[in-house]
Order: sequence, then structure tokens, then C-alpha cells
Amino acid sequence: MTIAYETAAHPENLRRVVIDPISRVEGHGKVTLLLDADNRIQQARLHIVEFRGFEKFVQGRPYWEVPVLVQRLCGICPVSHHLAASKAMDMIVGATELTPTADKMRRLLHFGQILQSHALHFFYLASPDLLFGFDADIAQRNIVAVAAANPQLARQGVLLRKYGQEVIRVTSGKRVHGSCAVPGGVNKHLTPEERDYLLADIERTVAWSQEAVALIRGMYSERSEFLNGFGFFRSAYVSLVRGDGALDLYHGGLRARNTRGEVIFDHVDYASYWDHIFEVTKPWSYMKFPYLRALGPEDGWYRVGPLARINNCDFIPTPLADAERIAFRGFDNGSATHANLAYHWTRMIEMLHAAEGIRELLADPDLLKNDLVVTGTRALRGVGVIEAPRGTLIHHYRINEDEQIVRANLIVSTTHNNEAMNEAVRQVALQYLDGNEVTEPLLNHIEVVIRAYDPCLSCATHALGQMPLEVEIVDAAGAQVDVLRRDADGTVSRPDAQPA
Amino acid sequence: MTRLAVVAWGNPSRGDDALGPQFLDAAQALPPVPGLDVEFVTDFQLQPEHCTDLAGRDLVLFVDASLRAAAPFAFDAVASSRDHTFTTHGLSPGALLATYVDAYEEPPPPVFVLAIRGERFELGEPVGAAAAENLRQALAFYRRLLAEPVAAAWQRLAGS
Repeated sequence: MTIAYETAAHPENLRRVVIDPISRVEGHGKVTLLLDADNRIQQARLHIVEFRGFEKFVQGRPYWEVPVLVQRLCGICPVSHHLAASKAMDMIVGATELTPTADKMRRLLHFGQILQSHALHFFYLASPDLLFGFDADIAQRNIVAVAAANPQLARQGVLLRKYGQEVIRVTSGKRVHGSCAVPGGVNKHLTPEERDYLLADIERTVAWSQEAVALIRGMYSERSEFLNGFGFFRSAYVSLVRGDGALDLYHGGLRARNTRGEVIFDHVDYASYWDHIFEVTKPWSYMKFPYLRALGPEDGWYRVGPLARINNCDFIPTPLADAERIAFRGFDNGSATHANLAYHWTRMIEMLHAAEGIRELLADPDLLKNDLVVTGTRALRGVGVIEAPRGTLIHHYRINEDEQIVRANLIVSTTHNNEAMNEAVRQVALQYLDGNEVTEPLLNHIEVVIRAYDPCLSCATHALGQMPLEVEIVDAAGAQVDVLRRDADGTVSRPDAQPA
Repeated sequence: MTRLAVVAWGNPSRGDDALGPQFLDAAQALPPVPGLDVEFVTDFQLQPEHCTDLAGRDLVLFVDASLRAAAPFAFDAVASSRDHTFTTHGLSPGALLATYVDAYEEPPPPVFVLAIRGERFELGEPVGAAAAENLRQALAFYRRLLAEPVAAAWQRLAGS
């Protein structure tokens, strides 16, 4: 691993390119590139404004409110926060083992979230780049163009996502702000009518998910060298795995592998995650940089999310997805297993696993039973970890004797991937921008590699008309020498540069 | 029977972003209008699958907080637009209509947007006093819309 190009030796003599904000990424982030007079990259950084208001948001609230409250942290993955917080509260109420119905209802909810989130990302955010190329005309790099070129694909994207949302609605009782999980279990089970409603479309969902995996597998077959080499680097990986080494998105022990695929630690109880994962700050970034203690802050950074999970697990416990995992791992002698863009491939394998998992669960009579909640010996600390769509999500709480939250700490997937995304930006900048005039298609290469990680920056504010993309080029004296702007309506313009 | 969908979005815990959900709660509490079947839909953000909520409707009203609208609110028709709003995980109303056309291969029903002016969107904050007044006026306007729930009548009010 290398962190070269993170900090230039003499930044005062360089010009700065800022990509602010990044498109098709939730929240606020920007990229700065320092270039010398020959347009050679000297420094590349991804800055993410991490949301830190959470602790204040929950402080003083009774612990049992937290699983519902945390859904409002993020409009993109509320179910992930709901489940991670609920698992932490299980520990606080002493629920060491949930009832079969509670465990399976939560898993069903989680599969629904995985399915809808992965479908949105692949069909709406990633497919325009993959179908039309990274330097295609900007008017073509969007879902509208995808729909025009392949209406069936666009329609499947809508309906796959809709199905995932319906699983969430039926399981949690409401379309949004539902409350399936409670400390120690769940507050509802499925009715036969609800089960039958979800069964009606499940075969189509599985079939379309298979087609989506085949689509990206085909893309890789056609352009493997380019897709594998795009910003390539090796990293360690972290994820939950089941006791037998299977992929498990809801529960398990922590496993880490190094860059050679060797296990660093395995089946670690996530309640003591801090014995293995630590965070460091850097003066230029608001977001922390987690690392594996065993490897140290320089070399201990790692990746989480679909690529990490598929690389980390020994098998997937649903047959169609496992066949696809084997195909992925064996593709071209394993050449895709560290590729940034393989996140898209593995994301689709997981979507297929979620569809299969939903089908299995809907056939399970435990979902219809009424044994919902257990309790045990009360504790003052709770840790909950799940594999959210974007990667490992850690919720950690302390309560006082009055059962109020006194401390909360979250490590979200995007934070785990912080250094990896920075490395990806550096590699792509060196590959494609180094020595070239900065143009919008070249800048899109940077955005493509960030989007592969599907970062969610925990910002649910979305007022209409926000999120333009603006690129500034500033000389060593601070004067703006060029600016490239893409508005929310997709228009790209190059307004006259103004003096600083 | 006229079939109306009211689709409001926003995060209830992010200050004035709650205007959409609060509007929906208040609208749901209004007495039913004879001859009008209203479905209420709320979410954090407008997403592609919301095009399925437009299917089978005669008329659709979108409601959202807006930093762009002048106070107290703006009311306009929404046109299907290929506006490339792929810049966040959320869609624009116009892009959603384009998604509808792609998914259903037919024109969408008439859709109007009621954009209520908001000012602050911080997590954990309540709706501000100015935004609350904007909401009150928007709800009064909604009652006018319900008095004649047909696209031509709403079109005459558009631009207000």
C-alpha cells in the first residue's frame, strides 16, 4: 500500500483543482488536485464533510427510542441504522439470542434494504457509466439515456427497487419511519396475506437479479483489462462472516484479510471491535481514518462493502449467488478481486443473494409466529454491527441508570472506506489526469471511481436545485484561472474566470 | 371518482425539511371530499420507484420544502424533463415523470408541485416559525385545490 501523493512536498507552488461537490454521491464531498506547471499530479485528496451531529441528536433520549430515531439520520439507508441500533439495544436489554421469528423478520427487512439499495445504485448511478463509457457525452451519462437505449433495463431497475421497498413496508409496517425491530426482538410478524403478497413477485425478482449479474459479468468479459485496471490497488478487507465462514449480512463475527488474502483476525466478537479497529484523524480532513491495529495506521487501512464481503466469505449460503461468487473469484485467474469497479459486480451478486434470501424466508413458517421479544440482564453498554449495503456499520451506545443515552459512537461504511476512496482517487488521477488538460470527461473518471464505493455522506437534506458540480483551477497565487461548472439540470458551462 | 395522489417528502427531523411530511399529516386530517379518492404517500426523498405511485391517478400533487421557492410557497405544473438530475440519490419531479414514461411507456397523469419555502435544514431542529407560517398558507391553498380537483383548474392557479 502507498499513501504517496496524499501530501505534496511544496504545495505553495502548485495549482489546485477542486471538484465540489461530487455528483451522484449523497451528501457533500469534494476532491482537490494539486497540479504543477506541466499538469503533473502532485497531490490528490477526497474531502468528506462527515456528519457529527448524531451524538447530540440522541443524547438524553431513552434507549428504546433510538432504533426509530436513527432512521432519520439518513434518507438513503434508514433501515440499516434502524437494525444496527436495534442490535445494540438487544445487548442493553440482555437479549443474547432472539426468537426465530424476530431474527428472521429482521433478516427479511435487511434483505429488502439490500435489494432496493443495490438496485438503485446499479441501475441509476452506475449503469450510465458502464454502458456508455466514462468519457461519453455528459448528456448520455444518466439513467434517462439508459432508458432510451435499454428500456427493459430501466424498467427492471424501477421494479426491483420497488420490490425491495415493498419488503420493507410489509415487514416494518410502514413505507418509511417503520419500526419492525425493538430492543430484544420485533413488534410484528408476517400475516399469511402479507407473505403471499410478497411471494407474488419473488420469482421475477430473482430472475431479474440473475440477469443483472450476467449483465455486469458480460461487461467484464468484454473489457476486463480496462475495468480491472481502473485505479487499481490492493487493500485489506473487513466484514462480518457467519460462524461457518458464510456471507452473512445481518450478524456474525468480524473477519479481516490482508492484501494477500490471508486472515488477520477471524470471528471476532464485534462487541469489542475497538480492540482491532482504531481511528486516526488527519489535519486536512473532517472524516476520521479507521485502521486495523494489527497493521498500524500507515498500512492498516482497509475496504468494506460488497467487494470486501465477497472476498472475505468462504461461501454464500444461497446457491445462485454462490455460483456467481465462484465465477467472480475465478474470473481471469482472480484478476477482478481487487478492482474498484468490481464493487459493481459484487453488489449485483449480493442483490441476487438478497432476492434468494427473501424467497427462502418467505417459505419459512417462523415468519408467521407470534413469539417476538426476549429480555435478559440489563447492561449499560450496547454495540450493534450489521453489513449495510455500503459496508460494515457500527453503532455503539452507553446509557445511564435512568436509561438515557449518554454517549453514542457510529462508524459508518463511508468512514471505513475513507482511505481506500482517497487511494482510488489518487490512482485514477495519476492514470488519467496526470499531464493532461483537465476536462469534464476526465474529471468524471474521478467521480466514477468514487461512485464505485457508493458513498453515502449521511445527509438527508435534499432541497430542490442543490448539488451542482463546480471545478475550480486556482494558481499558486490564489487566482482563479479556470472554472468548469455543471448545473443540476446537466448543463456544462465554462464561465469566464474571475480574479480571486 | 377522481383519483388524486398527494406525494410529500422530507426528513421529519431536519428542521424545515419536515414541511413535506407535516403538510401530509395535516392534509390527511382534513375531512374527505365527496367524489375524490386521495392516496397519501410520504418518503425521505423522491426516488425512481415513486413513479409507480403515479400510475392509475387522474391528478398528482407533489409537496416539498424548497430553498428556491419564494415565500410562502410556489405552485406549478411539472413537465417531464430529461434534466439529468442524477446528482444525488434523489430525483427531481421532472425526472421522475420521465422515469414514469420510461417505465410505463405512456404519458404520466397531470402533476403539480407545491414547493413550500424553507430556511434551515439542520438535524434535530424543529420547523422554524417562518416555515410554519408558510406551511399554514400552503395548507389553505391546498383547500382551494381540493375545491376543484381537475387539472385545468389547477393549471389556472399555477405560477402562484
